[in-house]
This record gives sequence, structure tokens and C-alpha cells, in this order.
Amino acid sequence: MHKEAAIREPLILGHKTYEQITADVCKPIEDKAPRMWYILFTIALIIGLYGVGCIMYLLGTGIGVWGLNKTIGWAWDITNFVWWVGIGHAGTLISAVLLLFRQKWRMAINRSAEAMTIFAVFMAGLFPLIHMGRLWLAYWVLPLPNQFGSLWVNFNSPLLWDVFAISTYLSVSVVFWYIGLIPDFATLRDRVKRPIPKKMYSILSFGWSGRAKQWNRFELVSLVLAGVATPLVFSVHSIVSFDFATSVIPGWHTTIFPPYFVAGAVFSGFAMVQTLMLVMRKAMKLEAYIHTRHVEYMNIVIMVTGSIVGTAYITELFISWYSGVEYEAYAFVNRATGPYWWAYWSMMTCNVISPQLMWFRPLRRSLVFTFIISIVVNIGMWFERYVIIVTSIHRDYLPSSWSMHYPSHIDLGVYVGTIGLFFVFFLLFARFFPVLPIAELKTILKSSGEYYKNLPDTHHHDDHGNDHASGHDQSQLGSDNHNNH
Amino acid sequence: MTEKIIYAMYDDDDVLKDGAKKLVAKGVKVAEVFSPFPIHGIDPIIGIKNTRLGIMAFLYGLTGLMLATVGMRFFMIDDWPMNIGGKPNSTYLDNMLAFVPITFEFTVLCAAHGMAVTYMLRNKTLPGLPAQNPDPRTTDHMFVMELRMSQNSQFTEEQLHDMLKSTGIVELDQKEVK
Repeated sequence: MHKEAAIREPLILGHKTYEQITADVCKPIEDKAPRMWYILFTIALIIGLYGVGCIMYLLGTGIGVWGLNKTIGWAWDITNFVWWVGIGHAGTLISAVLLLFRQKWRMAINRSAEAMTIFAVFMAGLFPLIHMGRLWLAYWVLPLPNQFGSLWVNFNSPLLWDVFAISTYLSVSVVFWYIGLIPDFATLRDRVKRPIPKKMYSILSFGWSGRAKQWNRFELVSLVLAGVATPLVFSVHSIVSFDFATSVIPGWHTTIFPPYFVAGAVFSGFAMVQTLMLVMRKAMKLEAYIHTRHVEYMNIVIMVTGSIVGTAYITELFISWYSGVEYEAYAFVNRATGPYWWAYWSMMTCNVISPQLMWFRPLRRSLVFTFIISIVVNIGMWFERYVIIVTSIHRDYLPSSWSMHYPSHIDLGVYVGTIGLFFVFFLLFARFFPVLPIAELKTILKSSGEYYKNLPDTHHHDDHGNDHASGHDQSQLGSDNHNNH
Repeated sequence: MTEKIIYAMYDDDDVLKDGAKKLVAKGVKVAEVFSPFPIHGIDPIIGIKNTRLGIMAFLYGLTGLMLATVGMRFFMIDDWPMNIGGKPNSTYLDNMLAFVPITFEFTVLCAAHGMAVTYMLRNKTLPGLPAQNPDPRTTDHMFVMELRMSQNSQFTEEQLHDMLKSTGIVELDQKEVK
């Protein structure tokens, strides 16, 4: 038997069997959607459509409808871009990095965290695209042969690195996510009775049969994809930070940016996972699979990455003074005491103080507290990007061109709209896709399931009864559970 | 010629694995195992070799690395050297550092997608293909061992049945295919 130390908290609570895991995950898909789902979906859809409307208006009228001006050419849009990309860092980190570290607790959250990643990167990608103004020429960022002579994109520019980084990240994440989904779609295909869903899941499952060789390949592909996705996670946000760090703007031009951005991305990504998971586990009755222990693990990640972010803020501040560069020092004094002081101090409060509260065990194991902090963290991380971007450029070298950024209602509409669209996608995912990796959860049931962990170690003796490894017992346990329901 | 296939159903992965061990020790050839999740350690027992997809991923990665290098050398050095702040750009090496991020991303892109496509093709899992698991429960909680009579000609059907029954199966099924 593959047992785990008894002292470790079980990851799957209660008396689950393989059959029960399948039933628990498939139930929300097979049942009618609850009324709450329709209410949330409608709200998200209305907000999302409002955002789409704002984007249409923007494309029809021009970038002038945003609150940008001659001094502040990047503000709200790039803030949202970096915010969404940051949120999109948790999913692949959970499924790739934690897979390499053999963290079994990832299995409760990796599927939905990855879905969240993909939807967040969709939202992120939207901002540079609409910022182009002429969306239909977006393909110009690709190195395509063209009729303008030898006109290639600039491979020296971090903006182009970003094009490659984000599109690689998005497509590899989708592939990674989908390869894991195939066996679970096969489970659904073999369960559902109604003809149309059966057909749909049959197409989605690609004819997966669960042969030993297929599983052999599956395990290797997961491992190798995790291996290549891990440096990808770190490279993507490093490259996003290069957009700023390779410029000569005081406040942007710092070597600390890549690690600081990556830590911030993981920090905000995990916070978003917490926000979604805490609601989802309740709404879909998955408390046995995503419980306090998982929340605590994620809170520890939030605490560690939050501390890295806090250290980076203070390092930046110190270096701006220590460097002796007047402009650099002013950029930071201006952040803390200038007209955007409130954004700076919101960022400091939300990102530096709140994760430190996670040192207290009762707090990091409290679901309500976690939920509040997870939202606070994402507000803080939005302000971080706003502070970095706007405060660094709104007072440039010439005081005559000093300016302020005030978002227009289109700025607000597009931002709120992406949140709506994100939830539209996520709600659809939660309704039709298996939100937990069914196959993978079954592999940890015997090593980390509560029932199996508490079994007395009797299978060496021949005295019947408790030996869970015998086939008949297993099926009885299964049917017992069914009767209880 | 018709072929007889015996499907032995188990409801536990460890029971199936122990059963397969016993059968193989007696000289039975296990043709296939269908399971709802990977059974660790089953592959060497039933004689499945480790996949070589990892090697393929490496080769796809190398292809990406090469394409990115050749591409950027052509775009930025040969075809149209861009003058950016007067930085040296007459050879690839002069400009190489700026090409590292995209070279890396493109290597990963090719390795991941190349491997994923090969995985789909080798597994015969593509949109629209029919499922081949013998019982719908094998994607839920049942584990099936497939024995083919033609591969086990030294045993009679009854002998195989008896041997299977002693390994803790819950169901036995038989099918004839052409």
C-alpha cells in the first residue's frame, strides 16, 4: 500500500470511494443548474456585454475616449493588462510547479485554477489588442512577410517579447489544461444519459479509452508539460516587467522588477483562486475535496509571496534614496506624498500588511477571513500596477507637461466589463466542465483519503473484514454510501 | 477467424495489479488494461514499455530553438538590421542577448505543442473518434483486464476463467470479434 504519514491531514475528507468521487464531481453537471447560477450568470453577462459595448464604442471612436493624455500614454489599460496577467499566473503555477514538487493538494484546485488562468489571460490579452485602436491590424505584431518591403517587427523590443510570451503562455496553458480534461470528459461521456450532452462529451473526450499505454503517455506528457510550463510561468511575468524595466522612466527602470512582478503575480493569482474556490466549494458541495487544509496551504503561498512583494517595495524605496539619483528619488517621494498618495497607501496596506496576518494559524484557517483578504489582496495588486504605471509618468522631466490621469467612463466600463466576461466564462466552465480532476483525485484517494488513512493496518493479517484491498468489501462500501445518500 | 476476448473486471486497482502479477507469473499474456486513472506499476507487469514522447519533446524543442535562431538572424541581421540607439547589430552575436526571451518562448512553444500533437496521434485520441473501452464503468470505478485467447493458446478457456476467478474479480465478460 502507498501510505502517507498519519500525521498529515487527509486531503479527501470522509468516506469516499472511486464511485463517490465521480458522482460528487459530476453531480453539479448532471443536475439542473441552481437558480443562483442563473442569477450570477445573468449579472455577469450584463456587465460583460456592457464592457463589449464600451469596446465597440472605443474601436469606433478612437483611443481618445480613454482618459489618456500627452503625458500619460499608458494608464488604466496597461494596469488592467498586468493585473489580469498576474491573476493568470496561479493556475499554471499550481498545476505545473506543484506537480514537479509532487504536492498532492494541488489536485483539488488545479483544474479550476487553470481555467481561471486561461480566462484571465483572455482578458489580459484584450487590453493590448484594443489599445492598438485598429484591432483588425493586430496581426501586424507577428513577423509575417509583407508588401511593405523588408518590414519586420522589432525583435529587440520587450513589447514584442510580450507578444510571444503571452501567446505561448496562453496556448501552452490551454493544451496542458485540455490534456488533463480528456479522461474526465470520457468519464462524463460514459455517465450522462441524455443524447445531446452524450454526443458533446463524446466529441470533447476525443475517444479516450483509458488503456494502460494511454495512461503511461498521459503521465509522461503531464510531467514534461509541467517541466516546460514551469520556466514559462516565471518568464511570462518577467517579460511583462521588462515592458517597464527596459525603459528609462524613473520608477520603472529597476533591475528588481522581474522577481518582484513574478512574486506579485503569484500573490494575486492565489488570492483570486481563493475567492473563486471558497464560493465554488460551497455552491457545488465539494467541501470534502477543498477544505481548510487546502485553504491554509494557499494562504501560506499568499503569505510568502506577499512578503516578497513587501520586501521589494521597501528595497525599491531604499534604493531610490541610496542611488543618489534625484529623479529616481523624486519618483518615490511623489508616489508616497504626491497627488496619488491614496493609491500608494492603499497598495501598501493591502499588499504589505494583510498577508502578514496569515502568520496566525487561526486566521489563515478561517474561511471568512481568507475570503475577505483574498479580495483585499486583489484590490491592492490593482493599485500596485496603477501606482507603478501612472505615478511614474504623470510628472515627467518637464514640469510644464505634468498632468493627472482621470479614468473616463469608458475606461471604467471596459475594466468592469472584463470582470463580467471573466465570470461569464468561469460560470460556464463550472456548469459544464468537471471542476475537479476526477482521474487524478482517484490516484490520491488511498494515500490521502481520510477513510483510508484511518484504517488500521490490518492487511498483513488474514483476519478478514477490514481488508479494504479485497474487491468485495470495496463494492459494499460503495453501495453503503449510496444508500446513505 | 474470430477471436475470443475475455474481460475480467475488478473494482480495485491494487487487486488488479496483484492479479496481473499472479497471472503473468503463470505465463498468461495480459493484452490490455483499462482503468479510470493511471495504475502505478502496472506497465512493467503487463509488458508495456515506457513511452518515448519525452525524447520527441526534446527534438521539437530543438527544432523551435533552431527556427527562432535562424528566423531572428534573418529578420534582424541579414534582411533589415534595425538601428536602435546605435547599438551594435552587424552580427548575430552582437545582438544575441535581446533574442534570448523569444528564443526561449519559441522553444517551449514548439516542444509543448509538438509533444501534445504527437500524444494525440499516438493515443488515437482526436475529436470525433469513438471510445474503445469495453465497459462504460471503466472510466468511473471499474478496472478491466483484457485477455486474448490467441495470445494464450497454451491454456483452455476454463483454465483462464479459473485463474482469473482466483484473483478477486467481480465480473467476467467474454466477447468474440472478427
